[in-house]
Amino acid sequence: MQTKAEKTQKAKTPDGGPALVFRDAGIKRGERIIWQHGNFSIPSGSITAIVGTNGAGKTTMMKAELGLLPLFSGSLSVLGGPAGTTNHLIGYVPQNYASDIESNLTAEQSVLLGLTGTKFGIHPTTRAQRAQAREAMVFTGVDDKRHYRLSELSGGLRQRVAIAQALVSGPKLLMLDEPLANLDLAAQRETVHVLAKLNHEMGMTIQVVAHDLNMLLPVLDGAVYLLDGHPHYAKMNEVLDADLLTHLYGTKVQVVTTPQGDMFVTPGADEPDDVTPDIHKPDEVAGFHHHHTKNPSSSARGNRRDSAIGGEKPRYFEQVVSHRSQAKAGRAEGNEGNQRQEAGQ
Amino acid sequence: MSHIQFGFNHEWLETLSVPFMHNAFIAGLCIALAAGVMGYFTIARHSTFAAHALAHIGLPGATGAVLLGLPVSLGLGIFALGGALTIGTLGKKASQREIATGTVLAFATGLGLFFSRMSSSASQQMQAILFGSILTITNDQVLGFAIFDVLLLAVMAVVYRPLLFSSLDEQVAQAKGVPIGVMNVLFMAIMAGVITIAVPAVGTLLIFALVVTPAATANILTSTPLRSMVLSSILCLVSIWGGLVISAMFPTPPSFVIVTISTLFWIVAKGVEALRHR
Repeated sequence: MQTKAEKTQKAKTPDGGPALVFRDAGIKRGERIIWQHGNFSIPSGSITAIVGTNGAGKTTMMKAELGLLPLFSGSLSVLGGPAGTTNHLIGYVPQNYASDIESNLTAEQSVLLGLTGTKFGIHPTTRAQRAQAREAMVFTGVDDKRHYRLSELSGGLRQRVAIAQALVSGPKLLMLDEPLANLDLAAQRETVHVLAKLNHEMGMTIQVVAHDLNMLLPVLDGAVYLLDGHPHYAKMNEVLDADLLTHLYGTKVQVVTTPQGDMFVTPGADEPDDVTPDIHKPDEVAGFHHHHTKNPSSSARGNRRDSAIGGEKPRYFEQVVSHRSQAKAGRAEGNEGNQRQEAGQ
Repeated sequence: MSHIQFGFNHEWLETLSVPFMHNAFIAGLCIALAAGVMGYFTIARHSTFAAHALAHIGLPGATGAVLLGLPVSLGLGIFALGGALTIGTLGKKASQREIATGTVLAFATGLGLFFSRMSSSASQQMQAILFGSILTITNDQVLGFAIFDVLLLAVMAVVYRPLLFSSLDEQVAQAKGVPIGVMNVLFMAIMAGVITIAVPAVGTLLIFALVVTPAATANILTSTPLRSMVLSSILCLVSIWGGLVISAMFPTPPSFVIVTISTLFWIVAKGVEALRHR
């Protein structure tokens, strides 16, 4: 079975070098070791998630990759150079981008800053620069919003403006810190779609800090998971193990395999710990899928009646169903990257 | 004569043509230019309260200078710059720490009062420092203001974009290699300069209305940083010059009229914005 990452390697990076290489990397904040013994490399042209509990050092890892925080041990190479020396090739979208921008800035100007913001001296914006900004905004689908102020845009649109700003200088690596946080499902889906398109059409290496992997699962090649103070890297099929995820998140997590791929779910907040979760075998789930496509309008209700075990845990089941339909809808947006991955499985 | 006089001054045109009025008008122009440019950055950096506090940190410097027989502006400038560099070195986040800023503000104001009570001349100057006395601005002061403006524009020509980037989007700017620490110290240092030249016009207490309010109004009405700075300067200029003209017509303190005009612009802009979003 050929994974997407392997194929991307061949297709997109003739030089073949990994995008990021961690060698015994470790980082401290004050006297506290956040994580250490990081030994892995992330292939070029891949989409990788950084996962872990709050405070595990996910954002810290991005800051280290940008060379903004020094390592206390080991080395970290990014796009062929030590961390911090290749930042001109990196597009960075921090967490909560623009949530506190208190200015009249329009979307277009914000994107332009990504191109001209670092230049000292007098530099009137050129037509070529405007065209470049326009191109980035077309790519992320916010071109029609370019004259809107950031404060007038929804969280999802702001996120896409931020991605356009990161894109405008033509980076090879895109780093996004919690890009899906505080977005509704539709906006999450659109953001993921933009990321998949970037990866697929431009061969861009993408790194995403994420709490909830479900929305990203269809496009992910692998994940860096921060566990017990050590970062590990694994391909997606390796990381999606219920025991590992449960350990990783510190709460019970189940992996459900469906015809659309794997997804993992957490029990509902009001579910007692000792309840056996309602898990379905792939062939069983394939049955739901059949109903689903045949009769979409009544599918959710029908599924529940058909398959929920005695209606004991409807709330939990509802969650599985909703996760499934989310991922499905994500796929329905249709990009070849997803389909290839599906074929691979 | 104890009744309140509020009569129209029919000789207001003559009043406007006396030499100290000329100085006031030129000073107003210099102040408007500097305040308009820096007001935008102050808002973008969420540092409006820090800017306000800087004026108060300058107060003990101003009254202390009178005590020592030095020019008010010198003492004010040194204290404001000292405070600015301290806040600037602590980082952009520090300028958003409202409690620390407010505490320092209160202490500095108290210290300013203490110095002013140590000599009768400082005591006399106190009201002018607190509320401004644009009509007493000297030729030397005007020259100083003009030099400051030229320096400000020269520095801005060099750092405009990186300063803007770091003000609006510090994390990305930092990742892109903008020296945000330098930008922060630079911003605060320039701010100290702007305050030093604006205090003579409206005083430490009312300076918010001259540095921040016009910029806030301009932010509502325009949609690019540069246009906002230009409009902010114009609003600031209209406020100051309007204040001078009206206070020549009616017996009112110029500071009061300046602050009133600036506030009215802001209220009107807010109203227009509210209607637009209905």
